[in-house]
Amino acid sequence: MPETIAFLEPKPSVLARRDAIIEDLADILPAGCLISEKRGLVPFETDAFIAYRQVPLAVVLPETTAQVAAVLKYCSRYGIPVVPRGAGTSLSGGAIPQSDAVVIGLSKMTGILDIDFANRTATVQAGVTNINISEAVSADGFFYAPDPSSQLACTIGGNIGMNSGGAHCLKYGVTTNNLLGVKMVLFDGTVIELGGKALDAPGYDLLGLVCGSEGQLGIVTEATVRLLAKPEGTRPVLFGFMSSEEAGTCVAEVIGSGIIPVAIEFMDKPAIGICEAFAQAGYPMDVEALLIVEVEGSDAEMETMLASIIEIARRHGVATIRESQSATEAALIWKGRKSAFGATGRIADYICMDGTVPLSQLSYVLKKTSEIIDGYGLRVANVFHAGDGNMHPLILYNINDPEDAARAEAAGNDILRLCVDAGGCLTGEHGVGIEKRDLMLHQFNQADLNQQMAARAAFDPLWIMNPSKVFPLEGRPAA
Amino acid sequence: MSMDFEPTSEMEAADIIRQAAGTGMPLAITGGGTRPGLGNRVRAEQLLSARKLSGIVSYNPAEMTMSARAGTPMAEIETALAGNRQMLAFEPMDHRGVMGTSGQPTIGGVFAANVSGPRRITAGAARDHLLGIRFINGAGEAIKSGGRVMKNVTGLDLVKLLCGSHGTLGLLTEVTFKVLPLPRAAATIVAFGLDDAQAAAAMAHALAMPVEVSGAAHLTESVRYRFIGSSHPEGAATVLRLEGLPASVAVRAEKLKAAFAHVAPATVLDQEATEKLWRDIRDVKPYADGTQKPLWRVSVAPTAGHQLVAALRLQTGVDAFYDWQGGLVWLRMEADAEAEMLRRFIKGIGGGHATLVRASDAVRGVTPAFEPDAPGVAALSARIKEKFDPKGIFNPGKMG
Repeated sequence: MPETIAFLEPKPSVLARRDAIIEDLADILPAGCLISEKRGLVPFETDAFIAYRQVPLAVVLPETTAQVAAVLKYCSRYGIPVVPRGAGTSLSGGAIPQSDAVVIGLSKMTGILDIDFANRTATVQAGVTNINISEAVSADGFFYAPDPSSQLACTIGGNIGMNSGGAHCLKYGVTTNNLLGVKMVLFDGTVIELGGKALDAPGYDLLGLVCGSEGQLGIVTEATVRLLAKPEGTRPVLFGFMSSEEAGTCVAEVIGSGIIPVAIEFMDKPAIGICEAFAQAGYPMDVEALLIVEVEGSDAEMETMLASIIEIARRHGVATIRESQSATEAALIWKGRKSAFGATGRIADYICMDGTVPLSQLSYVLKKTSEIIDGYGLRVANVFHAGDGNMHPLILYNINDPEDAARAEAAGNDILRLCVDAGGCLTGEHGVGIEKRDLMLHQFNQADLNQQMAARAAFDPLWIMNPSKVFPLEGRPAA
Repeated sequence: MSMDFEPTSEMEAADIIRQAAGTGMPLAITGGGTRPGLGNRVRAEQLLSARKLSGIVSYNPAEMTMSARAGTPMAEIETALAGNRQMLAFEPMDHRGVMGTSGQPTIGGVFAANVSGPRRITAGAARDHLLGIRFINGAGEAIKSGGRVMKNVTGLDLVKLLCGSHGTLGLLTEVTFKVLPLPRAAATIVAFGLDDAQAAAAMAHALAMPVEVSGAAHLTESVRYRFIGSSHPEGAATVLRLEGLPASVAVRAEKLKAAFAHVAPATVLDQEATEKLWRDIRDVKPYADGTQKPLWRVSVAPTAGHQLVAALRLQTGVDAFYDWQGGLVWLRMEADAEAEMLRRFIKGIGGGHATLVRASDAVRGVTPAFEPDAPGVAALSARIKEKFDPKGIFNPGKMG
């Protein structure tokens, strides 16, 4: 296990009071909402960024906003660090605890509180999974747009924490563009509501600041999200290319031409192989790069858009074009794509990068990425949201080989620096977490970070909320 | 009265602000000065204008992003975009008509006030299109946040926080934003003679159909002739906009028209008429009337807008029409601003907020322009303000 990313030193004053804290939490919460035995705590020691693990002091699983507030009020009084957790699917270590922290898990808060079709909103508790929202409204012809690959498991609370995206963000935007309001608990137990069913809110856009704040500003317990009418039809089409560069320039030209498909997903040869073996989606195996382009609308509309896209693809030497012939085929195409991370996990350990680059830099960054990976003697599979330049190189390594793990981490850091230098950013949708924390000064200067930390301190002056994340440990204000 | 500050570089702006912070001199932050009515009266004599921080910094049509200095006139931005058949999809309103102002609105002003138009219901607000900013905080430091890519969750999203902060947290010096292709075709379906409640139901139904309505407004009978002429059937006009590829717009227009055939007489407006209509709706044409009659912009849940107006009509003289499927209500009071009653009624229909966009100086002097925040949120907002502008020099009083 690599040791390069440090956590904050645990507070001796908190560790020394462990037993008293657990007793107090047991008093605050109803039976069955507190985990304090080692065996019970181990499942919470990491998230989907499995290279790092820390067993927390305790885990609480509150059932109501009032209980979340009571726990936070208590923790703030004693300066106990708190780590919020949804489903624990973070790829950046956003939900990895620390040894002196109380994990507040929202997994028991799974109520769908209100569905309002006339206003096209759903109000749900934070522990509701992303897919549950769409499933709850699907029969009535609606859906919730952001669709992270982990949508079967990940929660709306976690989505808000990370401002999650997904394959279909190209057209519909990410979580922040689809979120209308939250109820949240601040570090000291104060409960506030931001936004609601109206399309904007008065005062400062605190909702916009909270979305993507990685559990550092408070704990969201309820959310009101926008629903959209489902399109008449959708059609994913596969485009195979003999080089990644051709695929990359094809993406840039499609977007530049004024056509905006719902999704443009990219896979390179290793990713195609991994996903095809897992899902038997009918991906062409003899190409170097594959684009999944999805259009939606009426049949006539889809035909028109596809004709334009096909014409562009032909100009870029497309080798294979395969249209899905049925809903089953379409579902298989997406199953292959969305299981990419899981399928990769079956053949090797991996870390998933998330840098975003301007579309004009896509081909260049792909080429440089493979040079970096070769330089470290590693392997990589690329599978990502090409339409908005959001790259996901999966760096394959062996977690049980410390040297291999260290090489993977170093290669990942090089790739993220490359993305920033190409005019992009460290993370498009997975969040900074601990993974990219120490790279923040590559994208921002200290004054930029100081201003962010000042905004953070307006919400949590004690720095107890998920404190090891996002901001480099050096350069923080004195507590 | 001293000279206005009109810095021509970010560094010069930072110097001015650092000095002002040192002496505690309050600054009235402005761009083109076309929207002075938004917000409360600023308690500052000294003007700091971003007007001369002007010019497009970079524009890459194929990447659909543009960076411009904050004082760049909207006309310059729109001309550059139109040359590449692109647009600002959030359709920012031009306030000059209703406010009776002149001069050039700036891109910085649009984002500082989060000005969004009819396409808000599908394309999002100004804040959804702003990708990156540079600004000077109250200590005179140049700060950047966000970037120039479509997806970016690196660090706290100060971009959203600054957008709509009306110059109270910092002076925007440069903005980077998303642009989108102009729709190749557009049409509007008009249903005539619906009352406000029927229109709300009709618009909700239209937005639930898979036809991608990009504008939904209800033009009440009293304003309708300012938008749509008398050659059409009489009565209020409920208007639904469709945009996209020509063949597709035609097909969807037929579908939508058929859906309303049994509800009301309906017609279809062509692209040219559509463009004019929605520009007029965006700019609140009927209330660009040269008066100082109190004008409110009310934002509520879409189905609640007409309930609010019905309740107000029983109590006071009010004229109104609706955008955003009924969720954006433009209210012109015939006499008093009736702020207290309006805000009480908004709470009564499930919440939302009212912004006083125009009124006489006397009325503005006693009426909070923005909806007061709930106590917990107000305390938080005050702490945010303190963290960005510790000396309280930016637009004091403007937001409350």
